[in-house]
Amino acid sequence: MAAVQWRSSGRSYDAELQRCRPEFAPVEFGDYHPLKAITVTDSKTRRGARKGSTSSSCSSSSSSVPPDPLSSLMDGTDPLSMFAAAETPAITHSVSAGDLGRKKREKEEEAVGADFEPWSLRRGEILARFTTTEKLSINLFMGSDRGKDPSPGSSAVSEKVRTRLEELDDLEEGSQRELLNLSQQDYANRIEELNQSLKEAWSSDQKVKALKIVIQCSKLLSDTSVIQFYPSKFVLITDILDTFGRLVFDRIWTMCSDPRTLPESFTVDDVNDTAKETCLNWFFKIASIRELLPRLYVEAAILKCNRFLNKSGIQETLPRLTAMIRGIGDPLVAAYARAYLCRVGIEVAPQLKDSLNRNFFDLLGSLRQISSESVQNQLVLQRVEVPEYLTLYSPAINWILQCIAYRAPEPLLMEMMERCKKLGNNALLLNSVMRAFRAEFVAARATDFIGMIKDCDEAGFPKHLLFGSLGRSVACADPPEPERLTILNEAWKVVTKVRSPQDYINCAEIWVEFTCRHFTKREVNTVLADIIKHMTPDRAFEDAYPQLQSVIRKVLTYFHDFSVLFSMERFLPFLDMFQKDSVRVEVCRSIMEVFIKHQVEPTRDPVILNAMLHICKTMHDSVNALTLEDEKRSLSLLIIGFIRMVSFGRDFEQQLSFCVEARASFCNLEAVLVQLIHTVNTLAMETSSVMRGSHSRKTAAFVRACAAYSFITVPSLSSIFSRLSLYLLSGQVALANQCLSQADAFLKAAVSLLPEVPRSISVEGKLRSSESFLLDFINNFLSTLLVVPDHPEHGVLYLVRGLLNMVQDYTWEESGDAKVRVYISALPLLAAMSQETYLYSIPKVDSNETLYGGDPKFLSEINKLCETLIGQVLDHLKTLGRDESARRQAAMAFSLFGVLLAHGDLRNNKLSQLFVNLWNLSHKHGHCETRVSVRTLEFLKHQSQQADMSHLSEAVQRLALQTRT
Amino acid sequence: MSVTLDIRLKRANKVYHEGEVVAGVILLVCKEALQHHGISLSMEGLVNLQLSSKSVGVFEAFYNSVKPIQLISSNIEVAKAGKIPGGRTEIPFEFPLTTKGNKVLYETYHGVFVNIQYMLRCDMKRSLLAKDLSRSCEFIVHSQPQKAKVVRTPVSFTITPDTLQNSKERSTLPKFLVRGNLDATNCVISQPLTGEVVVENSDVPIKSIELQLVRVETCGCAEGYARDATEIQNIQIAEGDVCHGLPIPIYMVFPRLFICPTLETTNFKVEFEVNVVMMLHDDHLITENFPLKLCRV
Repeated sequence: MAAVQWRSSGRSYDAELQRCRPEFAPVEFGDYHPLKAITVTDSKTRRGARKGSTSSSCSSSSSSVPPDPLSSLMDGTDPLSMFAAAETPAITHSVSAGDLGRKKREKEEEAVGADFEPWSLRRGEILARFTTTEKLSINLFMGSDRGKDPSPGSSAVSEKVRTRLEELDDLEEGSQRELLNLSQQDYANRIEELNQSLKEAWSSDQKVKALKIVIQCSKLLSDTSVIQFYPSKFVLITDILDTFGRLVFDRIWTMCSDPRTLPESFTVDDVNDTAKETCLNWFFKIASIRELLPRLYVEAAILKCNRFLNKSGIQETLPRLTAMIRGIGDPLVAAYARAYLCRVGIEVAPQLKDSLNRNFFDLLGSLRQISSESVQNQLVLQRVEVPEYLTLYSPAINWILQCIAYRAPEPLLMEMMERCKKLGNNALLLNSVMRAFRAEFVAARATDFIGMIKDCDEAGFPKHLLFGSLGRSVACADPPEPERLTILNEAWKVVTKVRSPQDYINCAEIWVEFTCRHFTKREVNTVLADIIKHMTPDRAFEDAYPQLQSVIRKVLTYFHDFSVLFSMERFLPFLDMFQKDSVRVEVCRSIMEVFIKHQVEPTRDPVILNAMLHICKTMHDSVNALTLEDEKRSLSLLIIGFIRMVSFGRDFEQQLSFCVEARASFCNLEAVLVQLIHTVNTLAMETSSVMRGSHSRKTAAFVRACAAYSFITVPSLSSIFSRLSLYLLSGQVALANQCLSQADAFLKAAVSLLPEVPRSISVEGKLRSSESFLLDFINNFLSTLLVVPDHPEHGVLYLVRGLLNMVQDYTWEESGDAKVRVYISALPLLAAMSQETYLYSIPKVDSNETLYGGDPKFLSEINKLCETLIGQVLDHLKTLGRDESARRQAAMAFSLFGVLLAHGDLRNNKLSQLFVNLWNLSHKHGHCETRVSVRTLEFLKHQSQQADMSHLSEAVQRLALQTRT
Repeated sequence: MSVTLDIRLKRANKVYHEGEVVAGVILLVCKEALQHHGISLSMEGLVNLQLSSKSVGVFEAFYNSVKPIQLISSNIEVAKAGKIPGGRTEIPFEFPLTTKGNKVLYETYHGVFVNIQYMLRCDMKRSLLAKDLSRSCEFIVHSQPQKAKVVRTPVSFTITPDTLQNSKERSTLPKFLVRGNLDATNCVISQPLTGEVVVENSDVPIKSIELQLVRVETCGCAEGYARDATEIQNIQIAEGDVCHGLPIPIYMVFPRLFICPTLETTNFKVEFEVNVVMMLHDDHLITENFPLKLCRV
C-alpha cells in the first residue's frame, strides 16, 4: 500500500458537545435515584426510638427507598451464625457422655455470671507468676501407705541412676517412685503425665488405680519444700483433681442415663439404685483415706456427686469440709485448701455463701500461724524472706475473697473490712480485700483504705503492693471528687519512696492511670518527672520497658489533645528512656496511631510539629536494610498520616520549608517522599487558586520553588512508575502555574526515563509484564502533550517526536502490538493538534493553537507525522498477515479504522479508500465481533445523515457486513 | 464351649433384714444349648471363729479351732437335669430370710477372729467330661433396728501429762493441754462419729492427731476366752502444728462390713473402741481411749 495522505477532520468541539449532551432531567425529591443518600431505617436496633418531628423528613424519604441491599441480605440470621446454630445440636448428639458432662459444667459455671472472673483466667496468671529455679521432687507411693520416704542422700546409688531406675517402674501397685532434681517444667510435665495416666486408668476400668493416683497427687500438696512454687503446684495438682471429679461425676451420670439422659436439674429420685450404690461406694472409700489432706481434697473434688445421693448433701458437706481444714497445721497449705474448697463450692453450689464466709473467718483465725515457730523455721531453712512468703498467699486469699465479694451486699463487705481492721490491719489481708472487692466499693472508701495501709505493719507485706492494689481499684472506679487530690498525694508520697526501681515502676504504672483519669497535665507531668527521676539512675529503665510502655499507653488513652500532651515538659524526656530500638519504635508507633486517630484538625502548632517530627524521625531511623517491606509500609503510613495533618494555612512558604525538612528526615521511606511531592504539588495548586490563576512575581517564584522541589525529589525514588507518574503530574502542575520551562523539563525527564522502564515489574510480589502500565502512562502523557506549547528553540512538536522516538527505540516485547498501539493512539493527539481551537487548554498558557495559529506548515508537519505513523501501522499489519495471527491483525486494523473514522477527514479519497480497506481487512477472517460491527455501521449511517457528512454515506455503502455462515 | 454362671440379687446394695425375702436371678449365658445334671442353690449364714495364737497359745489355737456356728441354711433345686437353651437364661429365685427356733441372724461382720458371713451358692452339676460349675455371692444382713431409743451422751475429755496412765514417762513429757469432746459414745452405725478436739497449748509442736478405730473381739472356748484388739482404720484429723485454740472437728464415717452393732453372745463378743492418738514432734505418742457402743436404728 502506498503512503497515505493524512487529513485530519475538522472538529467543532462545542457543537459536538451540544449535540451529545443528554437532556438534563432534574430528579424529583422522593424519586428513586441510586446515588441519592439512602436513609436506612433499621427497625431492629432502634425500636421505638423514632418519634417526634426529627424523624418526619427521614421517614418520608426512606419510605420510597428500597431496603439497603446489605441489610436486607443480613435479614434474619446471617449464614455464619445459622451454621453455628445448626452445629451445636449436631455436636451434642454425637458427643460422648463425658463431653456432655463437661458442657453441663461449663453451663453451670455460666450460672455464676459472666462478671465472675473464672478460675481458668487465674490459673495461667499464677503459673506465670510463681516460678522457681530450684529443683523439685515428686514422691509417689502407689499402693499401701506404709513406709517413710528414704532420705535422698543415704542411697549409695547416684541420684541420676536411681531416677532412671525408678522411671522403669510404672505406676503398678505397691511401686514407689521418687523423682528428684526436676526442673519446674519437668515437674509440670510429670504432673500432666499423671493426669494422662489417671485418664487411662479410668478408661481401662482401673478405678482403684485412678483413685490411688489422685490420692498420691493430693498428698504432694502437703509438701511445702520449694515453697515459692507452691501456688503453681496447687494449680497443677488441682487440675488433676478436677479431672477426677469430672470423671466420677460423668460415670455416675451415665449410669443413670441408661434409658434416657438425666435432665439437667435432676433430683435424687431420678437416680437409680445402682448409681446410688456406686456413688455411695466412692464416698465410703474416700472417707477411709488415712491422711487428712488427700481425704479433704478428693472429697472436695467429687463434691458435686452428692447430688446423686440426697438433696442436702452439698449443703452439709461444705461446712464439714470447711471445719476439717482447721486440722491442717501449715497455714499456706490450709489457705490453698480453702481456696480449692471455695472454688469447688462456688462452681457446684453458688448459692451457698455461708461456707465461703466461714472459710474466710477461719482463715483470718489461722493467720497468726504465720508468725509461729514452725513456719519461721521453715522460711529460714528455705531462705525465703517474709514479704515474699506472704505474697504466696495472695492467689488463695484473693480467690476466696473474690468468691465472697461476688454480688455480695454492701454490709457484708463492710463487715469484712471491719474484721480486717480488727486484725491489726493485716497487710496481706488488706491487699486481698482491695483486689477482690468491687472497685467502686474500694474507690468510695479510698481515704479509709489509705489510712489502713498507713497503719499497717511495715515489716511483713511491702506497702507498695498495697498501694498498687488500691491504685488498680481507683483507676477503674472513681473515688469521690473532693478526695481525689489527697488520695493521689498520699499514695504518691509512698510510691516515690519505694527503693527498688522494679517495685517502684510496677506501682507507679498503676497510679499513672488514676492521675491521667482525674487530673490535668500538670499532675501527670509531675508524675512523669518522678518516674524519670527514679528510673534513670543505673539505667533502671532497661528492665522496665513493658511498664514504661504501659505508662505511655495510659497517658495516650486519656490525653488526645496533642498540644496539651506535648506541652508536658517531661513527656519527651520520658520517651528518651526507651533506648532499645525495637521498644522505642513501638512506642513511637503507638503515639502516631493515637495521633492519626484523634487529631482531626490540621495543625501548625510548633510544639506538636517538633515533637511529632522527632517521633517520626525516630521511626524512620529504625528502618534499615533488614526492615521488612510490611514494616516499612506501616511506618510510612503513619508518617504520611502525620504529614497530612500539617497545615500552615496561608503560610505556604512555611509549609514548603516543612516539606523540605521532612524530605531530609524521611529520605529512606519512598512512600513518604511520594506523599511529600503530592503535598508540594497541592501547595502549588492552592497558591494558584488563592491568586485566582494569575501569579504575582512573588507567588510565581514560590511556585517555581515548588516545581524545583518536586524535580529534585522525584529522581530519588526507586519505583520507575511512581517516578514517571510524578514527573507527569508535576509537569501538569507546573503548566497550570505557567512555569513553562519547568513543565518542559518535567516532561522531558519523563520521556528520557522511558527507555529505562523494565519489561517486567513486580506487582505484589509477582513478576508481571510492565506493558499495560506503560501503555496507560503513555496515553495519559499524550493527552497532556496537547496543551504543552512547543519550545521556541526546539523544532515543531519536539516532545511528541521525542516520545515517539523513544517508543520506537524501546525494546518492546517481541510478539506484541504495543508499539503499534502507541502509534495508533498518537493519531488522535495529532488530529486534535491540528484543530483551530483545541479541545481543552490551560488558562493563561498559550498552546500550539495560538502559537502557530493554524499555520499550514505546522499542519503539514502534523500530517507528515501522521502519515509516517500510519505507514508504520500498515507495515505491522502486513507482517501480521504473514503470520498466523489473523485475530491480532483484525483487532489492530479495526482500531485504526476507528481512529480514521473519528479523526480522519474521509472526504479525502485515499484516506477513504484506506478506511474501506481496513474494514475489509478486519473482517477478512471473521474475527471481528459482529455486534460491534453492526453498531459501527449504525453509527456511520447516523453520522452520514448529519450536515457535511454526506460523504460518509458513500463509504458506508462500500462497507459490507460479513455474514457468518 | 463357654458358659458363665452368675447370681444377681435384686437389690443393688445387697442388704437384707431378717424376715425379708432374698430375691434375685441365676444368670446363665452360653452360646449353645447346654446339657447339665441339675442346678441347685443354697443359702448359708455362718459365724467363723478363730483363736489367735497370741492369747491362747499355739497349741490351743491349732487344736481348739472353734466350730463354725450356723445361723441359717437352706437349699433348693433350681432345675432338674436337662438342657439349657443357648443364649441368656435367667432363673429367678427367692429365699425367705427366717431362722429356725430362737436363733438370731447376726449382722454381717468381717473381722479378724470373728467373721459373720451370708452366702448364696449356686452349683451346676455336669457330665463327667465337663467340670461342675459353681458360683457364690455374698449378701449382707443388717440386724433389726434396735427398739430402744438411743440417748446420745456427750463425753468430754482433757488430756494433759497428768491425766496419762503411764506415769513413768510423765516427767519427761513436754507440757500440753488438749481438750475435746465426743458427741456420743453410743453411736448409730449409719452416722459418723463426731466431736471436737482443741489444742489449747503445747510446748512441742504437734505432728499429727489421728482417730484409730479398734475392734475388740472375744472368743470363748472350753479353756476360757481369748480377747484381741486390732485396728480397723486410722483417720488423720490434724496434720502439722495446728492452730492453738481452734476447735478441730472429729469426724469419722464407720466403714461398712468391718463394723456391726456391738455384739455379745454366749460364744463370742464383738466390741469397738476409738482412740484419739496425738503424735508430738519429738515422737511422743499420746492416746486416749473411748469404748463405743454401736447400734442400728
